[in-house]
Amino acid sequence: MAEFRLPKNSTVKPGKHHDAPSGAKKSRRFKIYRWNPDLAENPRTDTYDIDLAACGPMVLDALIKIKNEVDPTVTFRRSCREGICGSCAMNIDGTNTLACTKPIEEVHGEVRIYPLPHMPVVKDLVPDLNQFYAQYASIEPWLKSDTPAPANSERLQSPDDRAKLDGLYECILCACCSTACPSYWWNSDRYLGPAILLQAYRWLVDSRDEAKGERLDDLEDPFRLYRCHTIMNCTKTCPKGLNPAKAIAEIKKMMVLRR
Amino acid sequence: MRETQIQTPLARVRGLGSAKQGTEHWWMQRLTAILMVPLGLWVVAELWLLAMRGADHAALVDWLQGPVAATLLILFSGAMFFHLKLGLQVVIEDYVHHKPKKWALLIGLSLGCLIAGVACVYSVIAIALKG
Repeated sequence: MAEFRLPKNSTVKPGKHHDAPSGAKKSRRFKIYRWNPDLAENPRTDTYDIDLAACGPMVLDALIKIKNEVDPTVTFRRSCREGICGSCAMNIDGTNTLACTKPIEEVHGEVRIYPLPHMPVVKDLVPDLNQFYAQYASIEPWLKSDTPAPANSERLQSPDDRAKLDGLYECILCACCSTACPSYWWNSDRYLGPAILLQAYRWLVDSRDEAKGERLDDLEDPFRLYRCHTIMNCTKTCPKGLNPAKAIAEIKKMMVLRR
Repeated sequence: MRETQIQTPLARVRGLGSAKQGTEHWWMQRLTAILMVPLGLWVVAELWLLAMRGADHAALVDWLQGPVAATLLILFSGAMFFHLKLGLQVVIEDYVHHKPKKWALLIGLSLGCLIAGVACVYSVIAIALKG
């Protein structure tokens, strides 16, 4: 059966508490998931009281402050700090989002931070995304064309055709949507998940691509595509405001149209 | 217990390749759903009217012997059991990951729906022809 409960060695236990520095003006509690593969211990949640008066506005600012000033062992991914690299995707206050674009003020009370759901954890807030990237590679995300590009010029695309890529090209592959999808939780070994299917659709609607048929052949599978049950968590959680559920519906429409 | 495997992530993701099907399943599930909206309302309405009139067994048989009622009821039974099979199949595939259990359930579901559907259709025909 699908696993609905955490195995015994994954049950999250309460962890250590770190007080705010004395004289803190605007203290806020951060509760962070901690797990270290080198210790034979269950995961735990450590709590950190942070003075927001001396901290940047985003959740990532607080995480960096904690790592720099309170506890250097806290492990997380981050890079661009402006919502374009997708590294700091994590579950904040029960929703998958990017720590760098999530204002602390939007969270009421304790700020609970967990890694992306239902992925193997490498350490603390770092999930193992190897399978996710392999799934991306499997859809062959590049322009496929037998016709050589015109000599000394680019492949032309009309403004209307280019507009079809809007809402698709902005995807940064942060994996927030896929790891918010129950269907992906239970069947990610075969279901490609919303992020990868949105990317697949990005190439399916590209007017310059000549491999639509092969692409659809590869996707036409009860699991790869049709595990999407229009739950819509993907669209609800996307930190870039994209609509993977619609992209998947468009692929399903293409499947019917080509019959 | 998971068996040990040394395989690249891409090999695991590609697996046995695409089944090149699923569209028919998706399409039929929607088609049967659309068909069952009017048919379901009709069945409920007809039975409710019969009940309101205080119809007895003979009246029900009489209703069933009408060509329209019999045809629509056969259609309804067929669509319903086909839709049931398609829908529950997805639930089993979603949640049952233990292979022997999964296949036993899928086979049981297919045969069960087939038998129940045929029995329903036969009953309607038998009543319509014999009374």
